Amino acid sequence: MLFGRVRGTAVASVKYQDMTGMKLLIIEPLNKHLEPTGPLQVAVDVVQAGPGDLCVMVRSREAALAMDIHTFVPVDLALIGIVDELVVQPDDQFDVTLKKGSVKYT
Amino acid sequence: MILGKVTGTVVTTISHPHYKNRRMLVVQPLTLPGDPPEGDFVALDNSQAGIGDTVLVNREGNGARQILNNPDACVISVIVGIVDSLYISELE
Repeated sequence: MLFGRVRGTAVASVKYQDMTGMKLLIIEPLNKHLEPTGPLQVAVDVVQAGPGDLCVMVRSREAALAMDIHTFVPVDLALIGIVDELVVQPDDQFDVTLKKGSVKYT
Repeated sequence: MILGKVTGTVVTTISHPHYKNRRMLVVQPLTLPGDPPEGDFVALDNSQAGIGDTVLVNREGNGARQILNNPDACVISVIVGIVDSLYISELE
């Protein structure tokens, strides 16, 4: 699951029949610091997000499972939540390297 | 499953029904020294983890559906454990 920012909408009048009625949004994938991580992509919206909204998205087969009625559809990116609050600690706060030998975390 | 560090929390009031009543956390995967950092991601919490905890994360949909006990859950990443200690061999 990853973050994305809604950048626009896409309209496809001809599409796979079970995808009729699905709302397509153009999104920009982001990392935890909300920096863009790749090119714009198209996602199906199930939470009624609007332009500029920060969302959580799900990829692969699970994106199709997020659909309301038909879950066997060719969808590989879906918006599943609108972020209200995001708290992220700075990168230097935690050590994310694996040290050799025995390490206790608690 | 992968090892990661919880570095943030996500609050969503509007979300898919499968995500209701569970916390979403930001996880940064652990890497060996010298390796490039891996991309962070969002995971659903199943172990009452918090910021700063080293966690075990399942990043596969079928395992997630088993954990959530829902054969149609649209979830991929689930935190399935909090790591107490690790031992990595010092041999090359």
